[in-house]
Amino acid sequence: MRYAFIRELFAFAKRDKRIFLVAGDLGYSVFEEFAKQYPRQYLNAGVLEQALTGMAAGLALTGKIPIIYSIVPFVTMRNFEQIRNDICYQNLNVKIVGVGAGFAYGNYARTHHGLEDIGVLRTLPNLTILCPGDPLEVALATKAALRHPGPVYLRLGKAGEPNVHQSSPRFKIGRGIVIKKGRDVTIIATSTFLNRGFEVMRKLQEQGLNTGLVSMPTIKPLDTRLIKELASKSKAIYTLEEHSIIGGLGSAVAEVLAESGDQVKFKRLGVPDKFTIVMGRQEYMRRANKLETNQIVSTILRHLKQKNS
Amino acid sequence: MSFRAQSAHTGGALSCVELMVALYFKILRVFPHKPDAPKRDRLVFSKAHDAKALYAVLAARGFFDPKILEGYEMNGGLLPGHATRHCVPGVEVTAGSLGHGLPMAVGMAYAGRVDRKNYRVFAILSDGECDEGSTWEAALLAGQHKLDNLVAIVDYNKLQGCGYTKDVLDLEPFAKKWLSFNWEAKEIDGHNFTQILKTLSQLPFKSGKPSVVIAHTIKGLGGAAKHVNQVSSQYKPPTSDEIEIAIRELTKI
Repeated sequence: MRYAFIRELFAFAKRDKRIFLVAGDLGYSVFEEFAKQYPRQYLNAGVLEQALTGMAAGLALTGKIPIIYSIVPFVTMRNFEQIRNDICYQNLNVKIVGVGAGFAYGNYARTHHGLEDIGVLRTLPNLTILCPGDPLEVALATKAALRHPGPVYLRLGKAGEPNVHQSSPRFKIGRGIVIKKGRDVTIIATSTFLNRGFEVMRKLQEQGLNTGLVSMPTIKPLDTRLIKELASKSKAIYTLEEHSIIGGLGSAVAEVLAESGDQVKFKRLGVPDKFTIVMGRQEYMRRANKLETNQIVSTILRHLKQKNS
Repeated sequence: MSFRAQSAHTGGALSCVELMVALYFKILRVFPHKPDAPKRDRLVFSKAHDAKALYAVLAARGFFDPKILEGYEMNGGLLPGHATRHCVPGVEVTAGSLGHGLPMAVGMAYAGRVDRKNYRVFAILSDGECDEGSTWEAALLAGQHKLDNLVAIVDYNKLQGCGYTKDVLDLEPFAKKWLSFNWEAKEIDGHNFTQILKTLSQLPFKSGKPSVVIAHTIKGLGGAAKHVNQVSSQYKPPTSDEIEIAIRELTKI
């Protein structure tokens, strides 16, 4: 995902000299070439996320399009108040790029996990939140983010996620992407879990369930129209994300469903509200949180059998 | 303004008012009728809780109709207690949470440098916000990148929210701290126009270094006598008797 992002950024930086990349002393093996080719559009500011976020606001106030980059928690929470006041309140054209969504840095422990970013950032007016689900979506989301005249958060994975789409889908900020329609079950997945959603869909189809998959690369503004439509055409909806069960895609969809009056069967699937005790790499951490493909399938099958829940 | 709105933060507005007058009338290259002119000097008012000093000086300099000052902190007025960008012409940034101004000023100065523009950036800081780590992060950045188009002016009235800085969190040796962050520092009496103007006409103090002016000031000076250099000057609005005395003294001048 990172490489799809940097490819697009390269293309833009060549055309548009306002593009200015500010890294928080991260991006080893990603930014070297960019720094070499565009030295006047790049700064490794150092390990100071608060000041570099404020600095980006200052750069934007002079007409530049700054992109700030670090690992998810450091570029969304360490500097949360700078994002709130300096960027969103002033509605500045700054792009916030977080790498390592979910358990990408699983073995580095919770300090480095990206599990609360969507939840905290979703509270901020003016901010667009993009969580592309595969490299094709990353390329499109990066383009859209750089063209959008306002604050954008772009959430990236790091694990070499595979493409789920067979070709570039139609991408528009604020629109979900229907990969397949499902009468019995619809999975709405985002970010690093789009591929997991695809795997789960396949397994449920094998069980004879007419299962659909929707990618939700924009969490804010949310495609409420599509969610309501899915609720009316599918018997059950499951949201799937590598993010805390609180505040992310699941919460956002739940808010729409709760206010829409639809009686669709619904459950959020994500990381439970607790610090994971065990330590391991991404897939190990997912399994420890019951987010391995077969575990998710079992959870859904169990849930489908329950009444009134 | 303080009396009408019965607002807090009068002492810190009074302690920086000479600095603000000197800057807007003699030092800054500003265009009150074209406030966004690209070649203007930028002033980042980071100690935004004392915004009434900024508003009063901007109005006097012709950025907006002084009648707007009557709406300071009033329902439906244009002037919030903490200055926000473009609430009126001339306010460059939104601030209010401490330690946010200097990083933004660094961004503006850095852009000016890369783009080879010759505007300067001034950041007005409180002493209290020099407790914030983000202020020192920005100081490191400015020193590292040799931003000699950047000037920080600290209104060093030595009183912060709940006490004297030396008792709460001592900043001394203050000038040495800035020097060690690769800034050039000068200390002045922040109420003495001659000293202020002389110092600010020597910018940058050293080529290749950001400049800091540590302005020694007295919180609440010019306001009610009982609040001068007291914690209360941060919180207590003037009474009607105190306003009458102040007006009488000002008309004597």
